[in-house]
Amino acid sequence: MEFLQLFVFLALLIILSPLLGHYIASVISGEIGLRFKTLGKIENAFYKFLKIDSEVEMDWKGYLFNLLMFNLAGFIFLLLIQLIQAYLPFNPQHLGNVELSLAINTAVSFVTNTNWQSYAGETTLSYFVQTVGLTVQNFLSAATGISVLFVLIRSLTRKNSSKLGNFWTDMTKTTFYILLPLSLIFALFLVSQGVVDTFRPYTEATTLEGARQVIPLGPAASQVAIKQLGTNGGGFFNANSAFPFENPTPLSNFFEMLAILLIPSSLVFTYGRLTGSKKGALAIFGVMLFLFIAGLTVSIISEYSTNPIFKMGGLMEGKETRFGVLNSVIWSTATTAASNGSVNAMQSSLSPFSALVSLFNMQVGEIIFGGVGCGLYGMVLFIFLTVFISGLMVGRTPEYLGKKIDAYEIKLTIIAIILPNMVILLFTAISLIVKSGLSGLSTSGPHGFTEALYAFSSAAGNNGSAFAGLGANTVFYNLLISLGMLIGRFGILIPVMAIAGNLVQKNITPPSKGTLRTDTPLFALLLTGIIIIVGALTFFPALSLGPLLEHLLMHKGILF
Amino acid sequence: MLRKFFHIIIIFTAFTLITGVIYPVAVKILASAFFPYSSSGKIIVKDDKAVGSELIAQNFESNKYFHPRPSSTGYSAMPSGASNLAQSSIMLKKLFYGRRQSFCEENFINSTNNIPAEMLFASASGVDPDISPESAFMQADRVAKARNFNLSEKNKLMALINKMIEKPGMGFIGMPRVNVLLLNIELDKIK
Repeated sequence: MEFLQLFVFLALLIILSPLLGHYIASVISGEIGLRFKTLGKIENAFYKFLKIDSEVEMDWKGYLFNLLMFNLAGFIFLLLIQLIQAYLPFNPQHLGNVELSLAINTAVSFVTNTNWQSYAGETTLSYFVQTVGLTVQNFLSAATGISVLFVLIRSLTRKNSSKLGNFWTDMTKTTFYILLPLSLIFALFLVSQGVVDTFRPYTEATTLEGARQVIPLGPAASQVAIKQLGTNGGGFFNANSAFPFENPTPLSNFFEMLAILLIPSSLVFTYGRLTGSKKGALAIFGVMLFLFIAGLTVSIISEYSTNPIFKMGGLMEGKETRFGVLNSVIWSTATTAASNGSVNAMQSSLSPFSALVSLFNMQVGEIIFGGVGCGLYGMVLFIFLTVFISGLMVGRTPEYLGKKIDAYEIKLTIIAIILPNMVILLFTAISLIVKSGLSGLSTSGPHGFTEALYAFSSAAGNNGSAFAGLGANTVFYNLLISLGMLIGRFGILIPVMAIAGNLVQKNITPPSKGTLRTDTPLFALLLTGIIIIVGALTFFPALSLGPLLEHLLMHKGILF
Repeated sequence: MLRKFFHIIIIFTAFTLITGVIYPVAVKILASAFFPYSSSGKIIVKDDKAVGSELIAQNFESNKYFHPRPSSTGYSAMPSGASNLAQSSIMLKKLFYGRRQSFCEENFINSTNNIPAEMLFASASGVDPDISPESAFMQADRVAKARNFNLSEKNKLMALINKMIEKPGMGFIGMPRVNVLLLNIELDKIK
């Protein structure tokens, strides 16, 4: 009976994804604006008012320049309002200015769609910074990821051109037609369940036993909705979606979990529709779903198995009663598969193998559904790699959807795959050598190692969840993690843009007899193999030193 | 170049106004119009004073009340949080066996087996408002004794716990649970 909710969850995901995917396709092709004239008019008025020339298309450099400047503006603004928070309005608790390294970390974190949090929302940030700063970046970082995916799609469907679309119209369409309406509906549903949404100051209560209790409030529902839908994951409150005001009922939990995966998985169908390769998209969806379910199965078995120390399974440390064990594990797998990073149970208190699944999900590059937009463009990089390796094996020029994949694309693909992996391994190593890194670990032994490994896997994957025992609010971790998040975001995004800029100039050759088909179960199998091999070869040593060793020692009764 | 950057700042401002001002304010207005109670934290007011929130656990030490789950923040939501202790932590082992013993002693339970897990481990938020129905029933004897309940009052108490059980959403989503604060408020009404 308990597992029924898991099957309903998966079924809903599989039913809703193609529907939303088709809708998103019609948004970006402009159909929606034409079908609903009023909406189209509002959209055009918006362009006119802001002097955006919506007819002009950009090449990859122009598009990238606007994207980077727009992100930079967002970063500077978010940084500034944190630094002068005390002088700004809507700060009923009179919270002080945010310390510089923390403010940098938070600004980078929200601009890169990571939403790693070194602070506790309720005691650090005012309502002003939460809404005008963070909620805005929740939307814009998500829209940025989706826009880049659209660029990649155009590069595959157009030929002998250099134009890849208009950054401003992509951002506007994504925000207006997809993110805002979904968030508005979802936010109101969340409020109906008990998620707070108010600008009132915190309430002071006198408990039944006469103690004083401060109850933090805030405009949370509007932010929580987009945080779940846009694979952001930054909690309004410190305990994230474990906090009752952010996730009050089993029902709110169910739909917040669904929201984590919904847009990333829908975009796969959008991709299939726009590239005309629906079967190819199904193959991608199959690979994602397989890797997700495989990880989930390991995690569930591990979490329910009898723990040798406590002589029971289904431990409730860091979990909430209303969700129970199963919903905590589905969430932990979903949030790390998609680069969401919100939590409804504490990752650090899960069983070692559940932590291993979370780590693996992030380390393979956040492509099992992944972040909105970026998950799929990351997956397409793995497709290029698979096509290339298979091409080598049969001795033919690799091609994908009629586009020849040459050395240029492969070089950039390798850069985009290796950079985040380097961040994870190198930065973890640095943290374990220098004093300021070691002093942040809260545990000795393998679990302490995993704290650092998890932090940089989360940063490089733009995930944002944490082994929260780590004392990450230090200048050292704030800055090193910021750097990791920047490389994890733009170290992939920029190569993808460059690849798109090159692909769009190429001709599309019709498939011949010797073409490796990318829409078959065989290809899905190859792709899965490449993903697992890259992930396993790179991270197996690190994972053995962390969760694997912890599991073995725990079963010998050696604790830390 | 400078003009271009200026243009980008204008566009950024427009996006900020829409997603950071208009959207949250619209949600807030609709929320307080349609769901005034649940959008403002489900604050329970008694004699014009806030007693707490339905959704936020508070500390109960007296034997006359049902006790909530262990909290690693001392039932403070400023900030909320968890222990983040590993399953391989010596500290967690100590806490677990300590909590199990005191739960059994307090509630006159002979066997340490079958104590619901949520009473032995700290919650994720530090303010988990719920416990399982089983642990509510296990505490009933203690509460009845501390309040010198006679048989009919004790029957009322049992009926009350049964009444306060919240079933899983739509019958199968999440876990059955009892809200400790609401239960204790109703408990005070038993005469």
